[in-house]
Amino acid sequence: MSTQELRKERIDRGIKVRSDGLYALMSLRELSYLTLPRFILIAGMISLPFLMPGMYWQRVISIVCIYAVLALSFDFLSHYVGLVSLGGAFFIGTGGYVAGILNTYYGVPPVLTVPLAAAIGGIFCTLMLLPCLPLKGVYFAIVTLMYPLFMARIIEAFDIFGGTDGIVGIDSFSSAFVEQYFVVCMVLIFLFGLRRFVTTDRGLIFTAIMDNDQAVKASGINITKYKALAVFIASSMGCMAGACLTHIYMWSGISQFSIDFSILPIAATVIGGAGTLVGPILGCLILVPVSELLRDFGTLRIVFYASILVGFILFRSDGIMVFIQRKYEQFERWTKI
Amino acid sequence: MEILVYGTINSVSLALMGLGFAMVYGISRVPNFAHGALYIICGFVTWILFHSLGLPYFMAIILSLCVNGILGMLMYRFVLIRVRGMNISEIIASYAIGLVILEGLRFGGFRGMTYTLPAFMEGSLMIGDVPVDYHRIIMTIIGISLVAGLWLFTHYTKIGLALQGMAQDERAALMLGIDSDFMAMLAMGFGAVLAGVAATLILPLGNIVVESGYHVLIMSIAVCIVGGLGSWVGAFFAAFLIGYAQIITVVFIGSHFQMVVAILAIILTLILKPSGLFGQQKELEERV
Repeated sequence: MSTQELRKERIDRGIKVRSDGLYALMSLRELSYLTLPRFILIAGMISLPFLMPGMYWQRVISIVCIYAVLALSFDFLSHYVGLVSLGGAFFIGTGGYVAGILNTYYGVPPVLTVPLAAAIGGIFCTLMLLPCLPLKGVYFAIVTLMYPLFMARIIEAFDIFGGTDGIVGIDSFSSAFVEQYFVVCMVLIFLFGLRRFVTTDRGLIFTAIMDNDQAVKASGINITKYKALAVFIASSMGCMAGACLTHIYMWSGISQFSIDFSILPIAATVIGGAGTLVGPILGCLILVPVSELLRDFGTLRIVFYASILVGFILFRSDGIMVFIQRKYEQFERWTKI
Repeated sequence: MEILVYGTINSVSLALMGLGFAMVYGISRVPNFAHGALYIICGFVTWILFHSLGLPYFMAIILSLCVNGILGMLMYRFVLIRVRGMNISEIIASYAIGLVILEGLRFGGFRGMTYTLPAFMEGSLMIGDVPVDYHRIIMTIIGISLVAGLWLFTHYTKIGLALQGMAQDERAALMLGIDSDFMAMLAMGFGAVLAGVAATLILPLGNIVVESGYHVLIMSIAVCIVGGLGSWVGAFFAAFLIGYAQIITVVFIGSHFQMVVAILAIILTLILKPSGLFGQQKELEERV
């Protein structure tokens, strides 16, 4: 029989169907079917710092986690609220500067600066983005792309916060161990928190805003308030990541507003699987180490991940995670048409 | 007087940068974020043809414009056509292509102060009490005549009218037998050529550096958004608005703020009137 008379059909595995419902707890097998992927992720993330061969690669893991948080916030904002923000660097930079200023000018220890930066930076970013919340699609994307550039130019032009040199002499985390586990836990908490959050009532409103904002408005829900809330959640995640970055490098400067922080999380999200929340983390785990390996080649790494990005957008726009999920939950077979 | 003269020159160069972007967006609704990269690559192709292959300057320019046009069409044919209509994928894909080109050039060793193109004509002229070199005058004249030519082209030639039809209503254009994908490809080619024209006119004033690719992208976006996305007449007027605003800031406040003005213009326009000064879209489509 030639393939023209056949088609591939995908059917959910029985175990998936059974464990979807209330009976998931009935057998150990089904229970492990559900918990295994999550267990692998958590155990993998926690053991990563141990598995890494040296200081350098342990540092890379911290950077991976920072990008992962940023990618998570991008994925949440674009695929669960419908606001595509190309300004990840805006969040990172704001968080970084807030942490740097608090630490050097007011002597706040890193334990406090990180949550403070998340709160203050989140409020600042939300206020800055508040006027553009009515915008949709391309317009919101362009305006968010401009914000990090704008901030960098403002700091440069007014020569505030150390101007082009940045703020130096910021305290680091008390040890490498604390640093790594802090960021790893941050990723895990945000990941599972967001997964929970998007299924709550508020999360449903966000998804509804993405699908049809007019209908949500007609239901008497103030969409600007909810969009602002979503931006606050996403931006405080980004700011927290930025604060960690500042403490890891003991420096905050204009390059934290650079294009790297906007493009890599997007690339990671596209590669990992948009809208899955786990996908962006997977994408970062792949992309960041590879780009670290290519560091010797200078700007070639940007070329590298930009071309991967184009490739994935064109040929595999659903990403790795969706593919894995499909293999895990469904089986395929050929049937006659 | 100085403000008037240099404001006009700056405005025309901004208009040149923005025209290509405005044209591509107006016709195919693809925000071409690789615009800055096309601009820079044209400069480098001209440089290679002129310096390494020793072609006459004029021929090098014509050839590099052709190369640019073909590059733009290929970009549309092989990449953007697949994501057309998906706003975000369009932005990400075209931006990623731009990054590949720009950072690839940077990796390829095209950096530093060594890359310059000669001016069309040396010497300078006094307008009032301000010295202006001939190249800037030629640039202004070509720029303005280019805009006029473009207007005539879109109003009185068959292809131009087809492009305009596409811009107004793509489905209706399809019904009248206009091949929308071909026209969009053509528009992309034209956009790339316009970016190239801007490059060959503006680049002789300074060095060819990769960074200015990003600068050009921001400026063209600024011009197009202030003028109204998709309306290149609006883009032309917006170029004058931003151009004078920039020169005035440079004269009275300081050159650091030049970029701030442009970005502020984008943000303010988007917040106050997202369809821009001459925008064709209805406001409802882009605002809730």
